[in-house]
Amino acid sequence: MGKNIMIVGVGGQGSLLASRILGNAVMLEGYDVKVSEVHGMSQRGGSVVTYVKFGESVASPVICKGEADIIMSFELLEAARWLPYLKKDGTIITNTQQINPMPVITGAAEYPADLVEKMRAKGVNVIAADALSIAREAGSEKAVNVALIGLMSHALGFDRDTLVKAIKMSVPEKFLELNMKAFELGEAGSAQ
Amino acid sequence: MKKLMLGNEAVARGLYEAGVKLVSSYPGTPSTEVTEAAAKYEEIYAEWAPNEKVALEVALGAAIGGGRSFCGMKHVGLNVAADPLFITAYTGVNGGMVIGVADDPGMHSSQNEQDSRHYARAAKLPIVEPSDSGECLEFTKLAYEYSEKFDTPFILRLNTRVSHSQSLVELSERAEKDVKPYEKSVAKHVMMPANARGRHVVVEDRLKELSAFACDCPFNKVVDNNTKLGIITSGPSYTYALEVFGDSASYLKLGLVYPFADELIKDFAAKHERVIVIEELDPFIEEHCKALGLNVEGKNLLPLLGEFSQELIAEKLLDKSAEFTALDEAIPVRPPVLCPGCPHRGIFYIFKKLGLYVSGDIGCYTLGAAAPLSAMDTTLCMGASISALHGYNKIRGEENKSVAVIGDSTFMHSGMTGLVNITYNKGNSTVVIVDNSITGMTGHQQNPCTGFTLKGEPVHGIMLENIARAAGVADEHIRIVDPNNLKEVEKVLKEELNSGTPSVIICRKPCALLKYVKHEPALKVDTDKCIGCKACMKIGCPCISVVNGKAKIDATLCVGCGLCPQMCPKDAIKGGM
Repeated sequence: MGKNIMIVGVGGQGSLLASRILGNAVMLEGYDVKVSEVHGMSQRGGSVVTYVKFGESVASPVICKGEADIIMSFELLEAARWLPYLKKDGTIITNTQQINPMPVITGAAEYPADLVEKMRAKGVNVIAADALSIAREAGSEKAVNVALIGLMSHALGFDRDTLVKAIKMSVPEKFLELNMKAFELGEAGSAQ
Repeated sequence: MKKLMLGNEAVARGLYEAGVKLVSSYPGTPSTEVTEAAAKYEEIYAEWAPNEKVALEVALGAAIGGGRSFCGMKHVGLNVAADPLFITAYTGVNGGMVIGVADDPGMHSSQNEQDSRHYARAAKLPIVEPSDSGECLEFTKLAYEYSEKFDTPFILRLNTRVSHSQSLVELSERAEKDVKPYEKSVAKHVMMPANARGRHVVVEDRLKELSAFACDCPFNKVVDNNTKLGIITSGPSYTYALEVFGDSASYLKLGLVYPFADELIKDFAAKHERVIVIEELDPFIEEHCKALGLNVEGKNLLPLLGEFSQELIAEKLLDKSAEFTALDEAIPVRPPVLCPGCPHRGIFYIFKKLGLYVSGDIGCYTLGAAAPLSAMDTTLCMGASISALHGYNKIRGEENKSVAVIGDSTFMHSGMTGLVNITYNKGNSTVVIVDNSITGMTGHQQNPCTGFTLKGEPVHGIMLENIARAAGVADEHIRIVDPNNLKEVEKVLKEELNSGTPSVIICRKPCALLKYVKHEPALKVDTDKCIGCKACMKIGCPCISVVNGKAKIDATLCVGCGLCPQMCPKDAIKGGM
């Protein structure tokens, strides 16, 4: 088994923590792994993407069109933007939060409506949830990344213990309880 | 022990394990984390220098002094450091020295695409290029060993995909290196003509030795799969090629890219019916292969521009295109924007309102060029805002309607010499320093103005107003304003534009992302008062949108900076939730 996972969102949403948790989980499972991130100017509120690839041996650190098994998105429009990167039969896990990009704010473009339905109409597996509310329920909006990892846990197919251990490795002790709660609520959300 | 590490962190680990004593760098994406990670090792003295030229000179001084040293920068930083770079080949080192430079094909966070390998050939220095984090660590350590053996600095060429990808690395202990004895040698270290003539002979002889070494060195690797197709490649391109061709091609992977391993290349080419050179940016290896008389392909098939990927290589070399699903409608682009609460936002609104010519610079505030602020005429290179404005005004005489805008870190990097040029040469330009008390764009690095070193030690921060004064700007024309007070900013700006004398306006407010900056509660629109005029949207804040004809503020993003209420003609935006 090996998988290509993309974590996409808007710069500043915390995708680096999500990729760190996944990277650690994959390492615990004993795979070769590469994680590719974006830093610098594109981080400032722009569209950002992180690639997590694992398997027996990983060469290229990037994921290209039609190669992702899972796309985990922090924001709805970003899920639609990166859809071409999804493999046939792949799964999109997306937060339903909408953040307007500048062309929408200035009125040069409109935020497309019904994106989840439109993706499903194309035959795409979409798990959509309000991860922000899940995180809020767990105690803080900041836990949105771990809530999304919870939502992804079934598609990922890892041992639950592995994911829990990876979260413990990746978040500061004082936020562990909050993040574990967000993970469990996310997990429950994806099972529904 | 195996650890998942960024390429940049793995370089830093290599510095640690190689016994490096000193690191001096200037931040620049994608190179920054090498130095940040190195600073976390107690055994390494690490600092941010004000610019790359200073950093490289510090590292050279340390190497001459007998300690292993490193300096790191992005590709354009090497342009700034080019003067000492060329001299290092002549002086050689004593303790080993490595110059880390990170290129940015695809320009994720840069003003140009530039191939640093040309510098190796021009300066006659060896350059090594790793493909992943494991090689980052391994090549860094080896580079120190051979730097001392051949008495030359090595250039370590990184790349966005190598610097910012994590992969597994094997860690070892640090091998402590004693500081080597210093022996005075005027002929080796004092580069005046008589001595330099002698040293040039050494440089050329050394290159020949390195060229022979390249054919049998631990950096280069041949993977022979007994195929008709041979691929010559280096860096991240090797990983893309491997993913596309696997065992169906053989590979000559050049880790030591320059000087070229001529015999190795000729031998590899002779064994294969078809040879393709896969390299990002310029045909550096390809042209050399052709100069050797070899029949190779490369840029006739692959682009000169941008990043490569397995998709691109499969498309260009195998005519295979990806299969994928897409929605039928266009997805609006999401370009980077100034953050909510960014202290740079207001000044750009005023620039636009006054219709000024804006000579811009490199930093987060370059985003002031984007709509709806759209208030920038030029962005050239670090520090050029001030010097280029002086030239513009000498030609056009528009001092009353033009301004330079530059950040605190960029001003310290190379802006202040431009200011000295204005006062010295009777210029009357107005310089706005947007002082957010940090190096923002690269992710919050300290600089000489912030009051802290890279290691977090408190120091006496340099005051920008003192530099302006020392540069010859009159006290009454050095103004300090709160950039979120739009009325004051506009008033001061108008006064200084019309003053007929050099002036410096310091917009001082810390970056809204700094941990110590307290955020106010999100602002809220009173929908009864809001008339939907969209005046608040002129500042380009990502928190504000119009819903059902009324302004709406996203409470999850807003940090209550107080700028938008100043835009509202109906007093409809209020603080507190």
